[in-house]
Amino acid sequence: MSGNTAVRIKKVDVALTIRRIIAYTVLILLTFISLFSFYILFVNATRSNADIQTGFSFLPGKAGIANFKNVMADTNIPVLRGLLNSAFVATACAVLSTYFSTLTAYALHAYRFKGHDAAYRFILLIMMVPTQVSALGFVRLMDAMGLTNTFLPLIVPTIAAPVTFFFMIQYMKSSLPIEIVEAARIDGSGEFATFNRMVIPMMKPAIAVQAIFTFVTNWNNYFIPALILQDSDKKTLPILIAMLRSADWLKFDMGKVYMLITLAILPVIVVYLCLSKHIVGGVALGGVKG
Amino acid sequence: MAKAATKAPAQSLARRHKSISYSKWGYIFLAPFFIVYGVFSLYPLLSTFYNSFFECYRSGLKQIGPNFVGLQNYLTLFSGGDLLVYAKNTLILWIMGFVPQIIVSLLLAAWFTDLRLKLRCTPFFKTVIYLPNLIMAASFAMLFFALFSDLGPVNRILIDMGLMDAANPYKWLGNTLGTRSLVALMNFLMWYGNTTILLMAAVLGIDPGLYEAAEIDGASSTQQFFKITIPLIKPILIYVVITSMIGGIQMFDVPQILTNGVGTPDRTSMTLVMFLNKHLYSKNYGLGGALSVILFAIAAILSIFVFKFNTREDK
Repeated sequence: MSGNTAVRIKKVDVALTIRRIIAYTVLILLTFISLFSFYILFVNATRSNADIQTGFSFLPGKAGIANFKNVMADTNIPVLRGLLNSAFVATACAVLSTYFSTLTAYALHAYRFKGHDAAYRFILLIMMVPTQVSALGFVRLMDAMGLTNTFLPLIVPTIAAPVTFFFMIQYMKSSLPIEIVEAARIDGSGEFATFNRMVIPMMKPAIAVQAIFTFVTNWNNYFIPALILQDSDKKTLPILIAMLRSADWLKFDMGKVYMLITLAILPVIVVYLCLSKHIVGGVALGGVKG
Repeated sequence: MAKAATKAPAQSLARRHKSISYSKWGYIFLAPFFIVYGVFSLYPLLSTFYNSFFECYRSGLKQIGPNFVGLQNYLTLFSGGDLLVYAKNTLILWIMGFVPQIIVSLLLAAWFTDLRLKLRCTPFFKTVIYLPNLIMAASFAMLFFALFSDLGPVNRILIDMGLMDAANPYKWLGNTLGTRSLVALMNFLMWYGNTTILLMAAVLGIDPGLYEAAEIDGASSTQQFFKITIPLIKPILIYVVITSMIGGIQMFDVPQILTNGVGTPDRTSMTLVMFLNKHLYSKNYGLGGALSVILFAIAAILSIFVFKFNTREDK
């Protein structure tokens, strides 16, 4: 009887070990597929064009600094300008979007008023409307308002961000008790001051997560910026990448091409690696991304 | 006792007081969202719809229209045949990426949450699989374009390994299957991490007692997966499928940059939004408007399911 149980336990152990081996194999394979392209990118960004043309190497070269200087010196593709433009637009979006989304969520969380439920339902309803379907009217309106070739059409609309709003209100439901707001009222704090001095600090964890997502989304945004920005000194990084693609790329210095792609994605990778725990946690919390 | 008695009316007084004089702040705080949404999204959406009923485009230097043509733009789109081809392309590209994505994500979600399997380094793997989601799609596509060019790094590795003839390298971007596979691979890489994390959260919400009971009854891990995990995460599974479809119809950056906006070869990787983008660039507002309305309709139908999901979660 006891021998039988021992055999059974052993069988289960073997099955578990096999499953574990399969799981690790698949995970390592996926890690390889996910990181391989970036590995080649970083290796090739440090190699000279001649090097790259002769064959593939798993080891970095020595031309990294030369490639970087070449990219910076190229006047056809103003990378430095693009980096600054992208950083400015993405930062402004992150600040405005998180502040106003928190404000919108607070309005529906802390106050009861006529039309409250209708407003909440409306925001949920528009959450899934793709930006592309109103792009035509948007571009024509910006044209009419004389805002093409400015950053305003890219920044201001992020004030109305239904997905960020949804995340904020979910977070408030779990961690912003209304009693605290009432206590502040008894202490004589005005409504707007309460929001700025008390609610915003309490919402910091949620704001941080959403600020990162909004920054990354706008750093990577291509469709609308490409329709709005035509002046070369206004272009953001994704538009420069598209320019690189449409140019006769074989004539390019490939070391330069890889270096430019690296510059476009490295800032996001660095930020991600520093904050990955919060970001991955934020995805599960929101449950509405994608 | 007396304290509690005085506290209760004070509280209800405060509540009533709040509902009388504070509600205007609700409207004030909501105003920025609705003003910005109205100006930058709702008005453009309605004007896009309006444009779809007019003939309005440029022919050389001459501006044609706008003339009211009713539903002519819609008829042109549907009878032209291109629309259906691009819709089919979009669907194929989405399916090619989504099927492996959902299978791998389900598998990973089950493994990461399996208490008996006790996988090590899960934070590391989660970090890695989510990483591609944050990469700029435009530069990711440009990177793949360089990596999979005829004599690019990938083909060189295959040649070095003796798997490919150096004189006759595989032209990834020269044939339909190669291009579509690359687009699907990129979409897969960008989204499987996200899906895994969403599904993991769902699996973690299942009562562990169910697995323990199944264990005692002698159910295998495969049986547990199909009889407990899948049925219980079905709502989130449906949510993931629908949101991915909505993302799928918006597919643009990756195929646009990979094929330089032309959907090579022979427009077999041209998506609906790439088609829309073409009309926007050539300032064909009539056809562009009609196409936008069609895309909106598809997204709206899919969104109804998500909306139901979100509001049900709330209750």
